Amino acid sequence: MRQPTRTGAALLVLGATLLLGACSSFSVPTVEPWVKPYERERLADPIMRFSRNALPEKHVEHVRDVREGSRGATGVQGGGCGCN
Amino acid sequence: MAATKAALTLWRRLAALLGSLLGGLLAIGGVRAADLPEDTAEGLLHVYNGGGVTAAGPAFLVRKSVADRFSLTGSYYMDAVSNASIDVVTTASKYKETRHEFALSGDYVYRDSQITLGGSTSHEPDYVANRISLDITQEVFGGMTSVALGFTRGDDKVGKKDSPEFSDTARHWQYRLGVSQILSPRWIMSVNAEALSDDGYLGSPYRAARVFGAAVPERNPRTRSARALMLRVNGDLGSRDAMHASYRYYTDTWEIKGHTLELGYSRYFQETWLADTYLRYYTQSGASFYSDNAQSETLYVSRNRQLSTFDNAAIGAKVSWLWRKQPGKYEVKLNGAYEFVHFKFKDFTDLRTGDKYAYSASILQLYVTGTF
Repeated sequence: MRQPTRTGAALLVLGATLLLGACSSFSVPTVEPWVKPYERERLADPIMRFSRNALPEKHVEHVRDVREGSRGATGVQGGGCGCN
Repeated sequence: MAATKAALTLWRRLAALLGSLLGGLLAIGGVRAADLPEDTAEGLLHVYNGGGVTAAGPAFLVRKSVADRFSLTGSYYMDAVSNASIDVVTTASKYKETRHEFALSGDYVYRDSQITLGGSTSHEPDYVANRISLDITQEVFGGMTSVALGFTRGDDKVGKKDSPEFSDTARHWQYRLGVSQILSPRWIMSVNAEALSDDGYLGSPYRAARVFGAAVPERNPRTRSARALMLRVNGDLGSRDAMHASYRYYTDTWEIKGHTLELGYSRYFQETWLADTYLRYYTQSGASFYSDNAQSETLYVSRNRQLSTFDNAAIGAKVSWLWRKQPGKYEVKLNGAYEFVHFKFKDFTDLRTGDKYAYSASILQLYVTGTF
């Protein structure tokens, strides 16, 4: 029982280290944000937004929610209904 | 024992490491001030038409800041539905009904966090759905990373027209976690995960299943748990144009697995026009208890084609025109959007023809948006 426990703990630490290392924003506290605020002008343009207008997106989400089996993770809430 | 001690020591070290890293991370973020969502007004006319169903109506939304750190959003959404879908024409009679939904929410910003608390209520003659939700968004890493957590709780009352003896309920839980990350001055991506749980009456009192060719009321499980994961990336292509790509994986305890893929392209024309086009493909496997015509008696049985094996492909376009603008004061845009989608069912028979069912639908939106 000892060996698996140690191995498990070691794997956990290794996995966490790799995860933190791989995700550079979480890796080393001294890493600076590499895209400065003045370099984000293009990203602020409406053309680059994940979500632009709430109502039309809610409508499309609602149309799909009631016709497809999949739901969720879109960042938009389609609203509850019977929709039978 | 020695192993347990070693494991505990490792856990403590790991916790200390995580604590110091998170502390450092927040320190990098510094004290920034998140902005309230801008004051907005939207008016929408929406139409869905396909498969014998027409659903149309207006919708309105207004968001207004009421203090430096607080804004309120109110919205109204109406669906006037005329339903002569294949389910209805083969097992029941055509009907019309109207759904009204009212929603109210408040946004509060504190330093680099935004907290949104909202509620909505949706009413139709045989169904009432209430929702309450809480979302928290935190910017970290100098604003390059945004982490969002959310929760929604829903309560539904299910009725049946002309059958006052039928009454049931359904409850819903949704837990969301999302991260959006600036990758470069031109690229941004996001990862969203959501866990959904439903409990109660999760079917339709009107819908019939088929067992040995005979119509019987459908019988659905009273619980359903689902997981969804969505990846998105937007890239600026450098000529006032951009590309968008997304993929969503979905799975649930009814054994539905869904894949959604979307690719889009957006481009400005002159100073006042913005056009978007996209292609979307969706495919899913059917629920374990779905059957077009069951050949044995089972505890659960459904012929709801939403739970069957099918795919659909869509092509869509949007156009936005900047109609009026007073820099620093207000901006009004006129918009139009259209989507054509074709559904193809693998194991749902059109009882009128004996063929596998397929249909096409159109989604039209005309809307005005204003910021002030």
